[in-house]
Amino acid sequence: MVNPGTGRLRADAVTLGYDRKTVSTGLSVTIPDDSFTVVVGPNACGKSTLLRSLARLLRPSAGDVVLDGESIHRIATKEVARRVGLLPQSALAPEGITVGDLVARGRYPHQNLFRQQTEADREAVAAAMAATHVADLAEVPVDELSGGQRQRVWVAMALAQQTGILLLDEPTTFLDIAHQIELLDLFAGLHRDGATLVAVLHDLNHAARYATHLVVMKGGEVVAQGDPGEVVTADLVEDVFGLPCLVIPDPLSGTPLVIPRGTAHPAP
Amino acid sequence: MTAPAPAHAPAPARAGVRVRRGPLTTAALAVAALLLALLALGLGDYPLSVPEVVRALVSDQGFATTVVTGWRLPRVVVALVFGAALGVSGALFQSLTRNPLGSPDVIGFSTGAYTGVLVVTTVLGTGVLGVSAGALLAGLATAFVVYLLAYRDGVQGFRLIVVGIGVTGMLHGVNVWLLLRAETEVAMAASIWGAGSIALTGWSQAVPAFVVLAVLTPLVCAASGPLRQLELGDDAAGAHGLRVERSRLVVVVLGVALIATVTATAGPIAFVALSAPQIARRLAGSPGLPLVASALTGGLVLLGADMIAQHVLPTAVPVGVVTVVLGGAYLLALIVQEARRRW
Ligand SMILES: Nc1ncnc2c1ncn2[C@@H]1O[C@H](COP(=O)(O)OP(=O)(O)OP(=O)(O)O)[C@@H](O)[C@H]1O
Ligand SMILES: [Mg+2]
Repeated sequence: MVNPGTGRLRADAVTLGYDRKTVSTGLSVTIPDDSFTVVVGPNACGKSTLLRSLARLLRPSAGDVVLDGESIHRIATKEVARRVGLLPQSALAPEGITVGDLVARGRYPHQNLFRQQTEADREAVAAAMAATHVADLAEVPVDELSGGQRQRVWVAMALAQQTGILLLDEPTTFLDIAHQIELLDLFAGLHRDGATLVAVLHDLNHAARYATHLVVMKGGEVVAQGDPGEVVTADLVEDVFGLPCLVIPDPLSGTPLVIPRGTAHPAP
Repeated sequence: MTAPAPAHAPAPARAGVRVRRGPLTTAALAVAALLLALLALGLGDYPLSVPEVVRALVSDQGFATTVVTGWRLPRVVVALVFGAALGVSGALFQSLTRNPLGSPDVIGFSTGAYTGVLVVTTVLGTGVLGVSAGALLAGLATAFVVYLLAYRDGVQGFRLIVVGIGVTGMLHGVNVWLLLRAETEVAMAASIWGAGSIALTGWSQAVPAFVVLAVLTPLVCAASGPLRQLELGDDAAGAHGLRVERSRLVVVVLGVALIATVTATAGPIAFVALSAPQIARRLAGSPGLPLVASALTGGLVLLGADMIAQHVLPTAVPVGVVTVVLGGAYLLALIVQEARRRW
């Protein structure tokens, strides 16, 4: 297993859960600085729960989430929100809100009672909308957008927050294949420009191609992590997802390409 | 090779020319409220035209000035201010519960306040101060109980409404029982309070409420930023650095304080908190429920209802009676609309 190295953000032996249900016990994950980390794993294995704890939305019952060497729960919420952004799996657009207004709400951690909209806010919003190609839609109500456009608007809202670390929970779900790739290319561009990204993805081939660091989870635990080229093997996919498959090199990128067998093509 | 998907779909043609209705609507509502107030000041046994009312307001016109500023102005100002407070209270609650039914009167505040008044009048005897205190304490207690019962790892809007409706139903039973076992005169007095009236005799009765509302106004303004964040859902709001549960509690406390202040002075006035935010939103075409427009709409609705109560009906009735009738019709329409959308 590759040494995850140092990271500004890490979970240190955290126990995470809700009400009576424990999702993860003693989970440790480090987000390597300047990485494009992708988290994969079956439904309900605790990916969103991990991301929520990394964004300070969920307090671990044991262990600690550490941001820049300090326990994240000792840092003011708005200060955390200026360093770590999160695009949640489900966010709500208020009825009738326009794209521009929604993206501008991502500026909240930079504002206070006496300093509302500033020039810096307007610039950040414009830059975020330009990066996600939604600038032309600024005056359009979000209700009138297609799913793909809407997803880009949510990403723009998270970008407007201008954080060095950005957590994205299933940003490509519900998008057609072209829009998925377009969004992943956008993330790759952001990563090249210096952002540290963490994304939950369900498509293993996309994960293998775009991730610089892959975290594989199962049942609330990390079962493998490191370079996708080394982590993604037929045995691992069968173990984690219970899916017999063939793993070959992607003819374009050379990264692992997972080909499910299904019942029609059983293993020889 | 197929071309990559276009980076951005062309914007709809009307995108560029879309005007923002919000500020315009707010200004129009303010003008409408002013005009309706001038009209109301002229109505009564001693009718005055709008120009006559304006003259009586700006300079001493003898009897006309006495009628306008001494007799009618308090009631008109109270209608506008209390209506505004109810409208904002409704906007806060409906925003929080993300449901047009999530208004403080539906959630049980008013019914609880009435229970408080009935207990005070039947058990402890009457007295204006006692009635106000009883309404206030019982209303707050009801809100607190509803909040606690609905609390499970945070408060979800829908649970708040369902629990609120349940508690309201229970308190209704208690109220009927209290009225039945009370002596006739006491029951009469309590029923009059229970109807909801702003037929105040002068400024003095309204001053305590005005002071409280003046204190609450800047707090509500400060809470509007967090409220706009809560609309995005708990996780997005939290990711933006909002302390979600604390903000929600602040909004609940402000919403309850607004309606409690009005109810303690005027009795339960239904419908305004329920309808004003929805009307304001449709008029303003703004995202979420606009607080300023809700305040203006609430003022307009309560003043209009009070004018109907005083001048249109053959015998003057408490304004609460008018709003209950309007509210029943509105609620029915809302539920029918909601049901159509769901099924
Ligand atoms: N708010 C909540 N209250 C109670 N249990 C929850 C809550 N959110 C998630 N869970 C439970 O915690 C477990 C992990 O959920 P989580 O959302 O982290 O999974 P996930 O890996 O993100 O799944 P998915 O791929 O479906 O998004 C699940 O069993 C889920 O039922
Ligand atoms: Mg999830």
